Amino acid sequence: MTVRNMIEALNDAHDVMMGRDDDIVVFGEDVGYFGGVFRVTAGLQKKYGRSRVFDAPIAEGGIVATAIGMAVYGLKPLIEIQFADYIYPGFDQIFSEASRIRYRTAGEWTVPLVIRSPYGGGIFGGQTHSQSPEAFFAHMPGIKIVIPSNPHDAKGLLIAAVEDPDPVLFFEPKRIYNGPFDGFYDRPVTPWAKHPKAEVPDGHYTVPLGKAAIAREGSEVTILAYGTMVHVALATAEAEGVDAEVIDLRTIVPVDIETIEASVKKTGRCVVLHEATRTAGFGAELSALVQERCFYHLEAPVRRVTGYDTPYPHSMEWTYFPGPARLGPALKAVLED
Amino acid sequence: MADRSERGANRPALSLHVPEPDARPGDTIDFSGLSIPAAGSAARPDVTAPATETHPLCFTLVRVLDDEAKAVGPWDPRLDPDTMRRMLRDMALVRIFDERMFRAQRQGKTSFYMKSLGEEAVAVAAAHALDREDMCFPTYRQQGLLVARDYPLVEMMCQIYSNQGDKLKGRQLPIMYSDKAHGFFSISGNLATQFPQAVGWAMASAIRGDSRIAAGWIGDGATAEGDFQYAVTFAGVYRAPVILNVVNNQWAISSFSGIAGAELTTFAARAVGYGIAGLRVDGNDPLAVYAATAWAADRARANLGPTLIEMFTYRVEGHSTSDDPTAYRPQNAGAAWPLGDPIARLKSHLIGLGEWDEDRHKALEEELGQLVRDSQKEAEKQGTLGHGHYDDVDSMFDDVFAELPWHLAEQRDEAKAETAARGSGRK
Repeated sequence: MTVRNMIEALNDAHDVMMGRDDDIVVFGEDVGYFGGVFRVTAGLQKKYGRSRVFDAPIAEGGIVATAIGMAVYGLKPLIEIQFADYIYPGFDQIFSEASRIRYRTAGEWTVPLVIRSPYGGGIFGGQTHSQSPEAFFAHMPGIKIVIPSNPHDAKGLLIAAVEDPDPVLFFEPKRIYNGPFDGFYDRPVTPWAKHPKAEVPDGHYTVPLGKAAIAREGSEVTILAYGTMVHVALATAEAEGVDAEVIDLRTIVPVDIETIEASVKKTGRCVVLHEATRTAGFGAELSALVQERCFYHLEAPVRRVTGYDTPYPHSMEWTYFPGPARLGPALKAVLED
Repeated sequence: MADRSERGANRPALSLHVPEPDARPGDTIDFSGLSIPAAGSAARPDVTAPATETHPLCFTLVRVLDDEAKAVGPWDPRLDPDTMRRMLRDMALVRIFDERMFRAQRQGKTSFYMKSLGEEAVAVAAAHALDREDMCFPTYRQQGLLVARDYPLVEMMCQIYSNQGDKLKGRQLPIMYSDKAHGFFSISGNLATQFPQAVGWAMASAIRGDSRIAAGWIGDGATAEGDFQYAVTFAGVYRAPVILNVVNNQWAISSFSGIAGAELTTFAARAVGYGIAGLRVDGNDPLAVYAATAWAADRARANLGPTLIEMFTYRVEGHSTSDDPTAYRPQNAGAAWPLGDPIARLKSHLIGLGEWDEDRHKALEEELGQLVRDSQKEAEKQGTLGHGHYDDVDSMFDDVFAELPWHLAEQRDEAKAETAARGSGRK
């Protein structure tokens, strides 16, 4: 066990897997000598050499496309898109290619590819360094999507993603790289060191894809969340004195429907929480699933608490960000419904 | 992974080439291997020459100011002293402005800033060579275009502070300016997108029988994006009246230009493959930047199509306030750049002509420093990020569409209620 922040945990996952498996290659913008703008790949080039860890041209479409080529050769590319907001030039290669190659070749070719990308808001990054685009990708058949909320899970999930035989998108909430963030933006920043989930096992372990975690057990209402929002959910439940059950989905495709179903059937109420814009966001999918499967157990309509349907603003970040001020009243309302 | 196949067992093993810069932290930077053609040595084809006649110029450097800061050779734009003094003033102003705003970021008055130290000529001289009505599609280090076109410094600062005076309503990251009246298109944080847009604007001008041309700027690193290929393809095919500038400052955050292909050929040489005119220019020579831009503008106005210009320069400082270049390149790399400093070069040139002197330069810097300080004071009256920043819930929902649809109207009302509740003590 070592206390690690999320960056260190992710870096360690790279190190563990690259040491075990020569097929893993890491590339992306600034990931080589420099070790990435968030330093997730720091030290890897020095340790594993330039032909396994290298800088890529600024061409996200090219990064994803060449990674697919490497994957069909038989390597396991573990690539970085510098910000999720920059992923769109790679969209065609992800959607039209990576996600379907197993299907269109009836399993003759597969794409064991992991695309990591720092994601989400809370850092005053403006509209091109704050987005949460998971729903675009959740809509694609054939792509798994992982969004960790703490160092322990980040490492175990990344190792599981690397070992997965199919393409995995791994979104890293950048606001919680250095410490958990509960949305109370005017309180002092806390480091991971004080958080139990910063106790990260050394060496190899996995946190399985497709399995949610119950971040807090509760009886009154289920909050479905992932990434930074798990911390917002926990802090808000505490602040409002609501006995919420907080489900940390960890993987949104495939989503852990059993855990969701069991929790909502128990509490009879559900709030879905995400940073991304509301319309056709992943919350719509969660809300539909809960309605389809738990309708007769529901005491109140499922509520969504999300970012607004605007581009992510710069100065009004805290007006936009779905923090405790938005979740709190929603919890109250769903309990009163 | 399986071992190499039986079939290939007797062949040499392949290996991957990954470009690496000559020097890393701890090394001494050495530019002595850099080939620097003499000022005045590049031929100047007629503006109406076929594109192929420019192609040798993609492999040399158009330079006007020699080592003694004398203007030499066929590219000397023969500018009058007033124009040169104005260019000197604009570059000096950009530098002082940058220094001041960088410091403001360090003081916590905003979230982000990007300087253009050493690259001031690329934008300033180009702005003076273009017509005031020509349209600019910049990337993020061409603040000199705005300064050269007399955009108010207070407006720039209000944008940087995202404050109540910010015409972009606090929506954009600092330095992502936009101003239609000054022919300056909204800067995008997504790289390279503006380059083909510049071509489209130029095509529209041609469709309409207009006389205005467009100019785009892109970094060396971002030429790797597909957008670059869209730009040069469309520009060539439709002979669009556009100037496509590649600002090769040799660093894309931590990646040196070799990662964008600079080990293989020049960025200007992209023009050869697409059959369009191309020039490679000493970007730290304001007169060369002016002359090349004016040449390309004349050519575009004559309906002879696009010119790709590589502005060869050096990013003297970090990528942005979020970057520390000493983590990936030797300290003081910028100071060693052999093509010098554009302000110092133009200043020496003017002094050599007897049109400037040290005292006047000192007085100019003092005057500009005062202007920047006064502007800053004025801008800060309207707030800084976190202290009087732009904050209007209603406006946050404006401009997603021309008219507010029901779902945004609903969300706006939710946001207002949330803000009101927060104001009454809730978080």
